[in-house]
Amino acid sequence: MIQNIIRRFIPIIALALISVPAFALSDAYKNNIYNPGELKPVDSTLKVKVGEPVPDFTLPAISGEKISLSQFKGKKNVVLSFVPAAWTPVCSDQWPGYNLARSFFEENDAILLGITVDSIPTLYAWTNQMGKLWFPVLSDFWPHGEVAGIYGILRPEGVTERALFVIDKEGILRYANVADINKRPELGALVKEMKKLK
Amino acid sequence: MKKALTSFIVAFSFLILSLPSFGQNTPPPEGGILPKISLPVPGAEGYRKYLGLKAGSSFLVPQIKAKVVLIEIFSMYCPHCQKDAPVVNDLYSRIMNDGDLRDNIKLIGIGVGNSDFEVDFFRKTYDIKFPMFSDAEFSIHKVLGEVRTPYFIAVKINLNGTHKVVYSKLGGVGDPDEFLKKIKNFAGLK
Repeated sequence: MIQNIIRRFIPIIALALISVPAFALSDAYKNNIYNPGELKPVDSTLKVKVGEPVPDFTLPAISGEKISLSQFKGKKNVVLSFVPAAWTPVCSDQWPGYNLARSFFEENDAILLGITVDSIPTLYAWTNQMGKLWFPVLSDFWPHGEVAGIYGILRPEGVTERALFVIDKEGILRYANVADINKRPELGALVKEMKKLK
Repeated sequence: MKKALTSFIVAFSFLILSLPSFGQNTPPPEGGILPKISLPVPGAEGYRKYLGLKAGSSFLVPQIKAKVVLIEIFSMYCPHCQKDAPVVNDLYSRIMNDGDLRDNIKLIGIGVGNSDFEVDFFRKTYDIKFPMFSDAEFSIHKVLGEVRTPYFIAVKINLNGTHKVVYSKLGGVGDPDEFLKKIKNFAGLK
């Protein structure tokens, strides 16, 4: 009986130990980052499939222009980086890394589009802390999370998953990574997928 | 049997109560000891020579052959670390070009939450000459109190093998001359 109880408790202990969220926060954001704590890793059902065309969309960018996915068709591979929310720990790290990693995108003839469901003013203030970003940042704020919903990555709480999509010049989805929302996807894995586009 | 069950529940309760501290260490205090940080011995001979290490699997920071080890806690993803990288390189050059400091102050970087690929990319992007290590699973970062980045820790290593943290602060290098003066002063180097 005791052995059974202990056996039951071990997975709980293990879960408690591994579920402590881990992130390294840049001092660039000072004390302005809101920590939502540990969230359910994935809480939506993907509606796009690798090997199939992805739905087109048009969204406003913080630069003031409107950007459509279809404008890159035949010209550039496209990487979509959806991050859940501005001013949160892991998201605030991810794009500054892609900013530094510009050469990997260019070497693979790819453009990066960063997308969240935050409003343009929020995205403007937040991304200003990251330095000058070389890629467009788009707002899927209104209708709220419409594009994320179409792609199947809108979570019940109204933010998106932490998702990466690699789309080739023909508009075909070549890679989809709906990551654990609590963790930043590793750069090497994305680079590997971009290299496959050649 | 009941006694054993009670013991288990008490032990389990203690474990659960102690869990919050699992992710809540504090940054190493100045005047204190550096938590045990085990790093892989670099494969490159140049790095091993710089750190005064023999070939092997792992080493602890106080085993580095130096009077002071300066540790930069950084992340490839951190905008301030990116901006500060050329300044840290400048600091490293000043140390290496000074005959009195070259063998006495050694610099290492630890990329928290960064994979080997990410650390290597950061190193190549900024042409960083000193050894850098990855802490992909945040295990070192946790031990160091989950500090924001960049964060610098200077460890004074005594002849008898003991050591003391003499500098532990959030932020970049700033003025390399002033920073170096501070480190030398705290470590009692001339």
